[in-house]
Order: sequence, then structure tokens, then C-alpha cells
Amino acid sequence: MTDKPIDLRVHKKTESATAPSNKWLLRLYVAGTTAHSMSAIANIKKICEEKLDGRYVLEVIDLYQQPQLAAGHQIIAIPTLIKELPPPLRRIIGDLSNTEKVVVGLDLKSL
Amino acid sequence: MTKAKINPKPTVTPKPKPQITKALTGINGLDIITEGGLPKGRASLICGGTGTGKTMLAMEFLLRGAQQFHEPGVFMAFEESTNDLIANVASIGFDLQGLITTKKVVVDFVYIERDEIVEAGEYNLEALFIRLGAAIDSIGAKRVVLDTIESLFSSLPNPAVLRAELRRMFRWLKEKGVTAVITGEGGTDTLSRQGIEEYVSDCVIDLSIRIEDRVASRKLRIVKYRGSSHGTNEYPFVIDNEGISLIPITSSTLEHAVSTKRVSSGIPRLDTMLGGAGFFEGSVIMVSGPSGTGKTTFMSHFADAACRRNERAVYFSFEESPAQIIRNMSSVGLNLDQWVKKGLLRMESRRTTQCGLDMHLVLAQKLIAEHAPNIVIMDPVTSFEDIANTNDVKRIVMKFVDHMKSLGITTMFGSLTPSGLPSESSAVNISSLIDTWILLRDLENNGERNRGIYILKSRGMNHSNQVREFLLSDHGVEICDVYVGSGGVATGGARLNMLAQEKALGLKLQEEMELRQFDLENKRNVLDSKIAAMRAEFAAQEAGNLKMIAQEKTRQSQLSVDRTAMGKVRNVDERHTPVKAKRKSK
Repeated sequence: MTDKPIDLRVHKKTESATAPSNKWLLRLYVAGTTAHSMSAIANIKKICEEKLDGRYVLEVIDLYQQPQLAAGHQIIAIPTLIKELPPPLRRIIGDLSNTEKVVVGLDLKSL
Repeated sequence: MTKAKINPKPTVTPKPKPQITKALTGINGLDIITEGGLPKGRASLICGGTGTGKTMLAMEFLLRGAQQFHEPGVFMAFEESTNDLIANVASIGFDLQGLITTKKVVVDFVYIERDEIVEAGEYNLEALFIRLGAAIDSIGAKRVVLDTIESLFSSLPNPAVLRAELRRMFRWLKEKGVTAVITGEGGTDTLSRQGIEEYVSDCVIDLSIRIEDRVASRKLRIVKYRGSSHGTNEYPFVIDNEGISLIPITSSTLEHAVSTKRVSSGIPRLDTMLGGAGFFEGSVIMVSGPSGTGKTTFMSHFADAACRRNERAVYFSFEESPAQIIRNMSSVGLNLDQWVKKGLLRMESRRTTQCGLDMHLVLAQKLIAEHAPNIVIMDPVTSFEDIANTNDVKRIVMKFVDHMKSLGITTMFGSLTPSGLPSESSAVNISSLIDTWILLRDLENNGERNRGIYILKSRGMNHSNQVREFLLSDHGVEICDVYVGSGGVATGGARLNMLAQEKALGLKLQEEMELRQFDLENKRNVLDSKIAAMRAEFAAQEAGNLKMIAQEKTRQSQLSVDRTAMGKVRNVDERHTPVKAKRKSK
């Protein structure tokens, strides 16, 4: 495992402020460029592109760089994906390789 | 002046053994049985069932570390929120909020909602490491508590991953050099539910609550302690408003120093019976007797006497409230209230059924440590039989006695002798522990009941062998003189009767004596008058005789004058003679 600081953020925060209410707000917490983290980023991007196609904001947070966020956001597992919007709040842990579970977890089944 | 002598005592330093370093917990007694605290820089496991005090112990370790030993700490809570913890430790007198504000302690509440979590692929607990690492670094923590990390197993899927991560966690903590305490819920076969003692194996402490006869007592046991010796017993402990107290009896050897100093029982004539000086300081005294024989009064006298000497006393009562004892004792002229107000006397009343036997011991020891008394009274020790069998009571009393002897405290036990049993039988079979045994008994005869006292034994002193009667008067216990009647010791009415008889006899003798005196006086008077009469007779005779002698002398001198005159007449030429005769006649 390495904790080489690499900017992994796919920041679309500017958009999230103006995002319509039907947009999905997702946060992915990772730790450095571990295999789990990298595959989680790739997996969620793929799923979102397929299912949401532009109607989402994905924020990737590297806890190595912002360790204080781990306590604030009650994160214990890496990687953790949090669906902030739309409610209800959901947490998905793991590298998101199980697409079926991610889709169910994010309530994307109907889409 | 001589120079102050330097003590030639060789400085014996214990061999410096390669010992693991330890972190003091600051918890009463725990540092004694662990011989210096928990292993420093390593992880210790505290396990036990629900409500056994795991969190309290871990929290106290952390808070005392921050307050007393300048070792900041991180408390990672998995079960209670920060606000709950602040409220909980306030009950044992700690200001957690203050410690958090002054950056001595960080509390991180890890909240996991099982329903919110979906597992989709492989994960690890790196975020937890990051959180803990950030918290440790933020205050330079030396101590870490994870309470209760096992609850992760119920909130997160895939136990295999968790196990691997926990193992990594403990290794990581060791590398960080922090002294960690991990709590774990007790399992059925294992010490902790998930068997994490496999990973945390430097020191394991087991807490439990034992319920005997519906009475609960807390126990602590050190299951293992790598690289260190430790106490192996089950130690009772209490959690009260000062946190955890564990007062282990460290000296169970019979090696306590003894004193030759004597202490008064508070009853002068009882002191006389005890070799003239009272009890030995630091000895164990038992006052036994059936109910209503005045045990409490004897013990109150002892307490009163101690306070009068300006010593400190603790009075444990298991039957009466302090107020009741104080009121009752005022009827025999003992004002205990003044000593309580002065702070010399501490009275503690507790039903024996209130807590377990060990707990009573711990509470008693705690109070004794606080008050530092010279004498301790337990009234009556036989009450413990209500909650435990005789052997257990004996064991506890033995522990207590050893503790008191090691502190040099004079201890007095009351012991209630059940009616029907011989008075020499001490109900809890502790007679061998007792140095001085005062036996109070009923003396029933002539249709009345009186109180008797005798000293069954008193080690190391020449004590009275007499059964004495005593009275409870309005100025305390009065031991009466011995009156031996035809049926043994005369007591009560019989004694009074005997006193009256003796008085009557005394009067009679007095009268007789006076009579004789009178007679003698009479005789002397007669004698005196006789002597006077004889003297008078003699004087009369003497006077007569002297008169006759004088007359004769006159007559003779007259004769010689006449003769001279006649010679002159006849012209006798004797010149000298007339002069002589003249002189003679003069």
C-alpha cells in the first residue's frame, strides 16, 4: 500500500451547488492509490455513466490527505461510497466490484 | 556533642531485572496487583459480561493517565456517544469535557448503522486507522482505548476481513508505541465473543459479576500478563462516586509488627481485669454474648474511650442505624454524637444483605483507608451469616483481621451467640483469630436475669479469671464486686441480699465492740477511783508520821537547851557548847 498523494478528485462540486434535485450526489472515500481504491473509482464511474448519464455528481475524497473527514463523516471502511442525495442516505463499502449490489444499494434498479 | 551517626544500614537495592515497563493506571489497587500497571506500549484486553465495568475501567485508565501521569489519550467509542460518556464519567467525578477542551483527551464516537451499509466488494478498515492515527497525532496521545471494537463484527459483514484488520490494528498500535486498552464482551467459550484475546495477548483482565443469594459482587481477575508476575486471585472491587476501588489484601502472611502499647477498653474495671492496662494495641477483640447482654454498649465504650484519647474510630453496624446507636448510648451516658461531629468517629450502617461479602470487605477497607482510624468496631460480625456460609464468613473475617493487623489497628468484633448454644461457641468459628475474647452472658437465678462478664482469653496478659456481674447504669457499664454465694456468684437480688446481710452483721459486730469498749472504760474508772482512795489514805498516814517526827525533833532540841542552861547554872566551864546548842536550836 502506498500513501503517495495523488489527486484523485473528480471534482464537480461547482455543479453540485446548482444541481437539480433529481441529481445523484455521491461521495467516494478512498485511501491513496491502493488497488481497492482504484478499482472502486473505476467501478462507480462505469455504473454511473451507464445508469445516470450526467445526472450525478461524484466526489472522491482521499482520506490520507484529509484524515479529519474520516471521523466527521463516520467512515471506517475503505472504500466507502455514500449516497447523499436523493434520500435515504446509503453507505456501500467495498471496491464496488459487485455491480448488482451497488445498483440495488443506490436505488438505481428502476432506472 | 557527638556527631550524628550515619545509619550503617546497607542499601539493599533489588536486583534490576529486565522488566517490561508499565503504565500506571492510577486506579486504587489495580496498580498493586499488576505490580505497576498495564504493559506500556502494548495492548491489554479487558473482557467481561454486560455491566461488569469494562468501559468504566478503560475510561478511568485513560482519564487518570491524562490527569495524573500527563499521558494524553484517545477514547474510541463504538457503543456510547461522546455526550453519554461525558455524563457517565461525571458520575465518578471526572470532567471529561474539560479534558477534551484542553486537548488532553480525544473522544471519537464510531457510529455504524447496520441498515445503511451494503457490502459490494472487498474492503478494509483503513479509514479507522486513519481516524485513530489522526486523533493520536492531534494531541500526542500515549494511551488509547477501543471500546468495544468487537461491535464491528455485528455492524460489518465479512468477519474474515475484520479479523485480519483487527490483527493489523493491534500490530499497528504496538508500532505506534501507545498503551492500548481494548474491551471485549465475554463469550461463552472464549474470554471475548470474537476471540480477540488471540491478538491482544500481553495482558488480559477479566471482570465479572457474581450473584450469590441474590446479592451481586464485582470481581476482577488478571487472566494473563506476559512478562510480569501479578496477583492471581479474584479481587472484589466496587464502582462508586470515586470510580473503581480495588483493595487487595497484599499481606496474608502472619508477619505484622506487634505493639506492647495498651489501649483502654473505656471501662476502668475491665482494664483492671485485663492485666490492669486494657487491650494490646493492634489486637483483635471479640465481645460475644446472647442478645440483650450489652455488646453494643461495651463496643460504644471502646469507641468513646478512643475518641477521648483524641484517636480516630470507625464503627460499622450491621443492625442499627448510627442515629439509633447514638440515641441508645446516650441512655447510658455515652455521648457519641460529639465525636461524630468532631470528625473523630465515623459510623457506618449497612445491612449485610445490601451487597456481597467481598463487597462489604472492600467498602470497609475503603472507608478505613479514608478515615485512617486507630480502632475499628464491627457490630456484629455474625450478621454476615445472613448472606454467606460460615466458611466464607471466616475467610472474609480472616482477611479483614490480617489487613487490620498489618495496619496496626485495634479491632473489636461483636458476636451474637444464638440462644441455646453454649456461650463459648463463636457463631462464625473465628475464635482462633481472636486475641482477647470477652464473654457476656445471662446469669439467671432467683427469678431474675442479670448480666455477667468474664474474659475467656486474652493472649499475652495476666487476666482475671472471675465471672463478674455488671450493670448498665446511666453512666455506662459498671462492673460490680464479686460476691460468691452458695450457688456460685451472687448477682442481682442475691448480691443485694448478701450486701444487706453483710451490713447487718457489720452492725451487730459494731455494737458488740462498742459494748466491750464501754465495759473496759467502766473497769478503768473503778480502778482509778480505788487508786485515788489508796493514795489519799497513804497521804494521811504520811502527814501524821511527818508531824510526829517534827515534834520529836523539837522536843530533843528543847532538851539540849535546857541542859546547857542548867550547866551554866551549875558553872560548867565548857565554853563552846552553849554556842553550839544555841545554833542548833535556831
